[in-house]
Amino acid sequence: MTTYYSEEHEWISTEGETGTIGITEYAQNALGDIVFVEVPEVGNNYDKGDEIAVVESVKAASEIYTPVGGEVVAINENLESDPALVNAHPETDGWFYKISLSDKDELDELMDAAAYKAYIDGLE
Amino acid sequence: MRYLPLSPTDRTEMLEKIGVTEINDLFSDVPTTALLKDHVDLPGHMPEMAVDREFRAMAEKNMPAGSVAFFCGAGAYRHYVPSTVDHLIQRGEFLTAYTPYQPEISQGTLQALYEFQTQVAQITGMEVSNASMYDGSTACGEAVLMARRASRKKKAILSGSLHPQYIEVTRCATKFTEDITLINPPSVYLVDDLIDQIDEETSCVVVQNPDFFGNIQDYTKLAEALHAQKALLVVVVTEVVSLGAVRSPGAMGADIVVAEGQSIGNGLTFGGPYVGLLATRQKLVRTMPGRVCGETVDADGKRGFVLTLSTREQHIRREKATSNICTNAGLCTLAFTIHMTLLGEKGFRHLARLNHAKAVQLADKISGIDGVEVLNKNFFNEFTVALPMDAAEAIERLADMKILGGVPLSRLYPNDPDMKNRLLVAVTETVTEEDMDRLVCALKELVK
Repeated sequence: MTTYYSEEHEWISTEGETGTIGITEYAQNALGDIVFVEVPEVGNNYDKGDEIAVVESVKAASEIYTPVGGEVVAINENLESDPALVNAHPETDGWFYKISLSDKDELDELMDAAAYKAYIDGLE
Repeated sequence: MRYLPLSPTDRTEMLEKIGVTEINDLFSDVPTTALLKDHVDLPGHMPEMAVDREFRAMAEKNMPAGSVAFFCGAGAYRHYVPSTVDHLIQRGEFLTAYTPYQPEISQGTLQALYEFQTQVAQITGMEVSNASMYDGSTACGEAVLMARRASRKKKAILSGSLHPQYIEVTRCATKFTEDITLINPPSVYLVDDLIDQIDEETSCVVVQNPDFFGNIQDYTKLAEALHAQKALLVVVVTEVVSLGAVRSPGAMGADIVVAEGQSIGNGLTFGGPYVGLLATRQKLVRTMPGRVCGETVDADGKRGFVLTLSTREQHIRREKATSNICTNAGLCTLAFTIHMTLLGEKGFRHLARLNHAKAVQLADKISGIDGVEVLNKNFFNEFTVALPMDAAEAIERLADMKILGGVPLSRLYPNDPDMKNRLLVAVTETVTEEDMDRLVCALKELVK
């Protein structure tokens, strides 16, 4: 299992052809208490960069653009009753959706853990 | 906040502070060609007594609804508003209180809004309501935009018996959006005809109940057909008193209900300000426009009220907001809430029954006139009458007799020959038997 990161503070963990996607610790901290996550519908197809989800906190709402394209194969049903999961465990239990990758080469455009850490250090 | 005008001394002091000699120096950036040089042609001062006389004379040219036998409806209805309503809304705490975004100093306003939302949800048979829109027509336009967000489809179908001015407002609201509105002629309004128009691109069908001509239908079958296509049913109610007698849109399966609340707590006031109602299902609450008031607890665990779900609104979400509305019909909403509270559920139902009974009484009397026909199979407090003459001309002759006999349909459908002889007649609890007999007598004379 390998994890990649985008500049928009999303992470994707791949296992074979499937990727699990969520937002990073940095993102959940910036957003504040999360009250609602609008996830995509299973079965829908998206291109890399399409708006695929919305995260709402008490003070802001942010669109999530999918870091890779493909078909949505699963969504995290726990987020409906417990959106705070995203704040508590953003990079594990707070995952948003699983996608069946249409083009594994798109992963090359993302950062690895070290590059992402350098990136967010540069943001401060 | 007090208003005290500035004195010449204040002005001089302020100008000195900013290093300017006279006020006109502040307009130095305006091109001289754009500056107004001549005096504006307005009348000079008048003493208060003379002003009173002048406006009184102007007002006397009107024939106010309250002074004559009155049968006009078509989207605004004359009902009796108890004096308690005005007495309470004129209180300074309500009349001049500003927008309640600061909850710690707005609990009175917010609690009233919460009561309002509760009343609206209950009478419409829905799960959640917002804190009001500007009026029924703009609420209708917003409902179409909301249906697109909720269904992710673009084609809205408008029933032919939806109020023609609501159709115009909806057309305007969707003019520059991705929405496609299918506008039907008045002849296309029956449930089965509307079901035939639904396809996989439909976002919603918008119907009115009772409709513009007074007809009532059960839209349950339409709701089912729409849900099978993952589309929404939007029900418009222009006479909110009807909700005290007619099966609620919620019970029929409506997804969004919009209404004109003017009938409760608010007079006709020549067309406004009015109060729009918007109610929906809990699962659609995040797509709803307008303000929403919620109940919560403060830091000490005490109950309080706040505006909530603010991420739908434009001050947070900008161009992705559910609407650009950032206000509500505050005072009219409060008047509605107070009047509704005075009525209670029993009073509201009783008021509705009274309206219907009087309308039936008049319809029966009118049906007895040779050459005149009531077209409706059913109605609540408004029905369409076919005269053997031009209806617009008829009402002018009735007005000469101090009877405002209704709204001639040619006024709203000027290019439809079928509408020329039709008159829309509304009857509320304010109509007396004497008023009815005067109208019937006058009509008998006219059609002889």
